[in-house]
Order: sequence, then C-alpha cells, then structure tokens
Amino acid sequence: MSAPLSLPVPQLPEVARDLRKEVIRMLAKAGSGHPGGSLSSADLMTCLFFHEMKYDPANPRWAERDRLVLSKGHGCPILYAAMAKAGYFPMEQLQTLRELDSPLQGHPDQRFLPGLEASTGSLGQGLSVAAGIALAGRFDKRDYWTYCLMSDGETEEGQTWEAAAFAGFHRLDRLIAIVDYNKFQLDGAIKDILDMEPFLAKWESFRWHAQEINGHSIPEILEAIATAKAEKGRPHVLIAHTVKGKGVSFMENNNYFHGVAPTAEEAEAALKELDGDSSLSRALVAAGKLKKGSK
Amino acid sequence: MEKKLGCATRDAYGQALAELGKQDARIIVLDADLATSTRTSAFAKLFPERFINVGISEANMVGIAGGLASSGKIPFISSFACFLTCKAYDQLRMAVALPHLNVKVVTSHGGISVGEDGSSQQSIEDVALMTSLPGFSVMIPSDGHVTRMLVREAAFREGPMYIRTGRPKAPIVHTPTTPVAIGKGIPVRKGSDVAIVANGLLVFEALLAAEELAKEGISASVIDCHTVKPLDEELLVSQARTVGAVVTAEEHQIWGGLGAAVSQLLARVCPVPMEFVAIRDTYAGSGKPEELFRKYGLTASDIVQAARRATKRKK
Repeated sequence: MSAPLSLPVPQLPEVARDLRKEVIRMLAKAGSGHPGGSLSSADLMTCLFFHEMKYDPANPRWAERDRLVLSKGHGCPILYAAMAKAGYFPMEQLQTLRELDSPLQGHPDQRFLPGLEASTGSLGQGLSVAAGIALAGRFDKRDYWTYCLMSDGETEEGQTWEAAAFAGFHRLDRLIAIVDYNKFQLDGAIKDILDMEPFLAKWESFRWHAQEINGHSIPEILEAIATAKAEKGRPHVLIAHTVKGKGVSFMENNNYFHGVAPTAEEAEAALKELDGDSSLSRALVAAGKLKKGSK
Repeated sequence: MEKKLGCATRDAYGQALAELGKQDARIIVLDADLATSTRTSAFAKLFPERFINVGISEANMVGIAGGLASSGKIPFISSFACFLTCKAYDQLRMAVALPHLNVKVVTSHGGISVGEDGSSQQSIEDVALMTSLPGFSVMIPSDGHVTRMLVREAAFREGPMYIRTGRPKAPIVHTPTTPVAIGKGIPVRKGSDVAIVANGLLVFEALLAAEELAKEGISASVIDCHTVKPLDEELLVSQARTVGAVVTAEEHQIWGGLGAAVSQLLARVCPVPMEFVAIRDTYAGSGKPEELFRKYGLTASDIVQAARRATKRKK
C-alpha cells in the first residue's frame, strides 16, 4: 500500500495550514505544551505524512510501513495532528491532548498510542532508535524508509553524534534524518548557547549525505527527499531551515512560545491569521499584551 | 564446603549466547568494545553477521537495541555493568523500560570482585538502578549453571531484563541439573534458626558461613536469590516464617539491592529480625577480589557475624 493520503503537491500547503490550526486548537485546550517547534515542523510533517510515507492507519504495525521517529518529542502536537488527519484516530481526539489516559500524552508514549515508533521526550536519543529500526530493516531485507525528525537543539547532545557516526559507518542509506533548524532552544538562540555550525560539514564529516533546504518550501522538501532516496551508500540528513512559530506572526521567532500554550485570545488571533486575516494578531501586538521570549 | 571453581559467570553467558544463536535468528548481539571481556565474542565468532560492535558508545547501543526490539529482534546488549547501567541509564529508561521492549541487558564485571582495576570499573549500584526501572527483571546468577539457565530463559521470555555477570571464576554451588527459573529462588541448604538469602558470589560465602554456624549450633538455611526482581515472595516469606530471622548477602551497595528488596517484602508480610551483608555506602578500590571482600565485609565470616546478631534478636 502506498501512502493512503498521498495528495497532489498543490494541496499540501493547505494541509500544512490545517495542521497548524489543529496545533493551536489542541494546545489552547490543553493549556500547556510547545507551539513553536510544532509550527516550525508543520511543512516537513505534511510532506512526510501526505506525500512521502507509506503506512496503513488501520494496521499501524504493518511490516512494510515507513517509520517516523519524532526525536524532538516536545513537538508531538504536530505529529498527533498529522496522524489524526491521516486516519490513525478521530480528529476529535486531538482535544484530549495531555489529559489523563489520553493516547496523546504530553510527550510521545508508545504505551498509550501504538502507532508511534518510539517513546521520546529526552532529547538526543531518537537517532539511535531510528538507526536500530533501519538496521532491523536491513536484517529483514525490507525496503522501508526510516525517518527521524530532530530538533536543532538536541544535536547538542553527544548521543546524536554517536548515532551519526554509527549510521555513517554502517551506511544506513534507508535512514533519512531531518533537522528542524529553527535556530532556538528553550533558553534562547542556539548561536548564543552552543552554536553547532558548521552544521552541514559536521554531518558530511560523519559520512552522511547532507542537504540544506528551506523547511517551509514544500517543493524543496519533496525534491530533497527524492534526491536522498536516489543516493545510495550513505544515510541522509536534510538540514531544514525553519522559523520557530512559523505561520503565526506573533509567535514567529518569539521564543516565549517555545513551551507556553496560547491563551484563548492568542489562539483566536492565531487561527484567524492562519485563515488569512491578521487583524486580531496586529491588535494583540499593538495592545502590548504579548510576552516575548529571550532572543 | 569444598571450593570447586567453575567458569566465570561471564564465560557461561558467552557459551549460552553461542548456543542461542543457533536456535533463533532473531537474536542480535551488540557490544560496546568490550566483547572480549563480556564474552559476547563467543557469539561474534559464530554469527558475525548478527553481531555488532557499536564502538565505545553505550548510549547509542541502547537506543539501537530499542529500535531493533521494536522491529521484532531479540537484542542482547553487553558491556561492563558500571558503564552500561550508569552511562546509558536514561537510554535504558527511554528506549527500553518506558516502551517495555524486549531488550536483554547482560553485563559483566559486576561488583567489586573485578579486583585490581579499581573503583571506576566496579559496579555496586547496578541493582538499585535497574530494579527501579518499571517492568525490568533483574538477576545476579551465582555460578555458570544458573547463568546459562537464566540467559536461555531470558531469550525467550518477553520483556526487558537485566542479568549481571562477574569477572572471576565462580565457585560451583549448584549441580548441572538444579532447576533454575527467573523469579524462583533456589533453596541450597536447609536450616531452622536463620535464613541466609544471597546472590552472585555471596551464595558460596553463605554456604561456608552456614557450615561455620552449624559448629556453633546455629542451623542456617541458604537461598540463592538470583532474581532480585521479581522476588520469589512465596519462598522468602515461608522461610522467614519458618526460621524467624533473615540475613541478606550481596556484592552491591546496601542501598537499593537485594537486602532492600527482601526487607521491603518482609516488613510488609512477615517482619523478622534482619541483618544485611553488603557494601556500606562506600566505593571500593584496587586489590585482589578476596582482599576486597575482606575489607568491605563480604566474606563468610561477615555473614556468620550477621547471622549471630539476627538470631540473638529473635524473641
């Protein structure tokens, strides 16, 4: 089975917008969570779930499925939104995010949602798990792809580079890592805390096939994945330049929204803006009510 | 009790793995550059295609094992007990315990019987760490036979498991036909005044102690409690009820080991006087294993003294 929802490319921006709206709605309802990194990953997630990956929501453990490990576990709202839209569970369930016994735990937990490929939330670990999954595919002679969506901040963890060295050395060429390079971590700008540049060169020196792309350009994302898939003998990384909070002007590059959910008022403005009307957002800014994060 | 040295428990692990490799192609063995020491090299020789030396990167090894297990493999991962449990604890938590995956963590060089290499190489915290991970089974086999049996059972029993083996040759305490099962203590010697509950190398010390105690007219039973979690509650409670005093003995820090587990059980079900032979909140150092056992209070004589104290406290 190919992706059940492999949509025509021109429809993907609209899907990404819908997913962003779901993220805002679910976080506002939950009253806590991480908007910034979910919004920055929205276009990448859209391309994976609605164009690239093959999977079967009715049979989440289907042996031939493509796998996605969300290493940046705090970005799970965008994953849950994509899974709901893909048919893993009803859209209404998104409103149970972070509630007692909900399948949609605050960070991804396989015990609660079997469609997940890994339990994550302690940063820097997903690439190792993804490498293990890719390795199992090699043992079993299956041709699925393993994706690992990572944050930029978590590449500060040493384990990331243990995994990178391993995958490079073992030529795990059915592994595609994607770094959501939104330039911020919780406490501020990456360049001020622990700059990882030169970033592309690091991956290349670990024997990876590395590409740098605009993580909000759907054609660029799709083209980079196609290029990755055509290149044999090396694992692949897409360094996707993104904007934290992308799509909601007052959240963009405002690191306050790394880990704080929007208020009802902010959510209303954000949803309106995603529908093309930024009047409420402008009014919020003009009223001076918005909190700003560290730069 | 005559001391007959058998193989080291790590040797038995290597032999068991090599046999298991023939039986099931799902078994994949990973090591972090200590294969020669942990004895996974025995498997590597026979099944090089299913052995991966990940290099000196324990955290990565655990994550990979999680990915393999969630894809239907049965990964055995090995390193020294201190490195695997301490360096990769968060990975054991996130990639194995939390999703409750079928990963078998088998370490070598447990305890202070590592000897001359010194404190950085000696694991005295691993039982505390591993028993506190929900869903993990935790075992310390006493001799080659118990090791082989536990490793075999672990391979085909679903769930995350931890088995600690040791570096030196281990005295033989069981016959090759002694039944061994995960979670079931092995009564090794009968007694009526005090029960000595031990695991690992301390089982042999406990047997020596029981002989000494017999000379003083104290009748001590000895239980090989190789599985710390899940504890053999039935056996331990019935022993405590019958003899009325218990001594635990282990090659581990006193906090969070066998003694802690047994006392928690007995405090709840059948409180009796208890004494604990364990390392008392300190790191050890270099020396011969027997010298270290003496210095840190893990010998038969320490067990004898503990048993005397425990029996005296009986009402």
